[in-house]
Amino acid sequence: MIREISTKEIIRTVKDLCIDANYNLGNDVLLAFDKAIENERSEIGREVLKELKENARIAREEKSPICQDCGLAVVFIEIGQDVHIIDGDLTEAINEGVRQGYKDGYLRKSACNPFTRKNTGDNTPAIIHTEIVPGSKITITFAPKGGGAENMSRVTMLTPAAGLEGIEEFVINRIMESGSNPCPPTIIGIGIGGTFERSAILAKRAILREIGDRNPDESMAKIEEDLLAKINKLGIGPMGYGGSTTSLDVFIETEPCHIASLPLAVNIQCHAARHKEAVI
Amino acid sequence: MPKQIRLTTPLSNEDIENLKIGDKVLLNGVLFTGRDAAHKRLFDLIKKGEDLPIDLKGQVIYYVGPTPAKPGKPIGSAGPTTSYRMDPFAPTLIGLGLKGMIGKGNRSQEVIESMKKYKAVYFGATGGAGALIAKRIKKATVVAYEDLGPEAIRRLEVEDFPVTVVNDCNGGDLYKEGIKRFAIE
Repeated sequence: MIREISTKEIIRTVKDLCIDANYNLGNDVLLAFDKAIENERSEIGREVLKELKENARIAREEKSPICQDCGLAVVFIEIGQDVHIIDGDLTEAINEGVRQGYKDGYLRKSACNPFTRKNTGDNTPAIIHTEIVPGSKITITFAPKGGGAENMSRVTMLTPAAGLEGIEEFVINRIMESGSNPCPPTIIGIGIGGTFERSAILAKRAILREIGDRNPDESMAKIEEDLLAKINKLGIGPMGYGGSTTSLDVFIETEPCHIASLPLAVNIQCHAARHKEAVI
Repeated sequence: MPKQIRLTTPLSNEDIENLKIGDKVLLNGVLFTGRDAAHKRLFDLIKKGEDLPIDLKGQVIYYVGPTPAKPGKPIGSAGPTTSYRMDPFAPTLIGLGLKGMIGKGNRSQEVIESMKKYKAVYFGATGGAGALIAKRIKKATVVAYEDLGPEAIRRLEVEDFPVTVVNDCNGGDLYKEGIKRFAIE
C-alpha cells in the first residue's frame, strides 16, 4: 500500500523540530551533567557544569535558544519506500520548515556564502541526508550543528596497518589539539570505514546517539569506553579550565571499507548536543 | 568557591594587574560586541588610517553573535564564540588600548605577548550558556555595521556578567595550568 504524505506536514514537522531542538536539551545530556557535577575533580569545572545545567533550565522555561549558535540545519530523513510525497518538492519542504523554524523561533541564522560570507538570511539550505528504508513512514531527525565544535572535527585516511592504535592516537591528538575550542565537555562521534565521505556521515550519525548508549558490538563498545576513559584523563575539563570531565561520551560507528584504506572521521559535538526526532 | 572580583568598565592598568588566572570576575558597565566580520572591518579602517566607530581605550570586546531578541527582551541568547579566529586582529586592537576580550578557547602566542606588553586580559565566558548569560545583559544597542546582523557591533550594558580569567597580563594561561593540574598520566 502506498501512503501519501503531504509536504505541508513535513514543513510543519521540520519547523517544530528546529525550535524544540534549540530550546530543549535532551534528558540524557542533563543527566550526564548531574553525574559530571558529582564526579568532577576541579572546583571551577563543577561551577561550569552547574552553569550549563542552569542554562538548560532557563532555555527550557523561557523558550529561548540554549546556545546563540543555533547551528547549520542538519537533517537526517528516512523515507519509507511505500511513501509517496505529495504537494511539492521534498527538499524545498525541508528548507521551508527550516526557514519558518529559524524565523518564528528567533533562532540565529548562521548559513553564509563560503567566499563572500554573505548570510543566506534564513539558515537554508539545510544539510540533508536521505535514506530510503522499508515501510510507510518518514522519520526526521533534526540536529543543529554549531560551528565551534564542527571546526575541530577532522577526516583522515589511515593506512590499514595503523589499526586500532592509529585510530586511538588520531582521536586523542584531535581532542588534545582542540583543547577548549569545541566547548567541552564534548561528545565524540567516530566513523570508521566506508569511504572518505561515508566515514564523516557515520561520525555525524554517531553523535545522535543517546549518552550511555553503547555500540551493540561488544568489542566496539569496549573501545568506546576505553577511549572515553583516556580522553577524561587528558585534564582539559569543562570549558578547558582543567578537570576530569572533557567528554561525556564516545560513540563509534563502523562499516566495511576498501582493502587499501582505513577511513577515520572524528566529529566533535559540544555539550549543547541538540537533536530531536519525529515520525510521520 | 574561586575568588570573585567585581569590576566596572572601562578597565585600568591597575584593574588588569590585579587579575590572576582562574579568578571569577563579575563585569559591570559597558561591553562592545564584535566577531569575525566586524574585526575585519575595524582592521581595514586601521590599515587605512581612518577613525574607528568606537574608542577602544580601556574597553572590553565580547566575541558574540547573539540570536534575535524576542519582543520585550534586550537581546537573544548570547554566549561566547571561539576566539582564535580573532587572533590575527587582536594584537592591533590591544595596541590601541583594548583592555579585555571575552570569548572561549585558546589564544595565539602573539595575542598572549600583546596582553603582557600592553596590560590586557582574556576572559573566558561559558560557551553554550547563551540563555544564562543573556540575563546579565540589560541593554543592547547596535553602534556600527548594522548590515552584519548578528555580527554587528553592539554596545551592551551588563550587570555582574560572569567571566573567568583565562590569560592574565603576566603570561598566565588557565588552559595550560588546568591540564597540568588535572591530567593523569
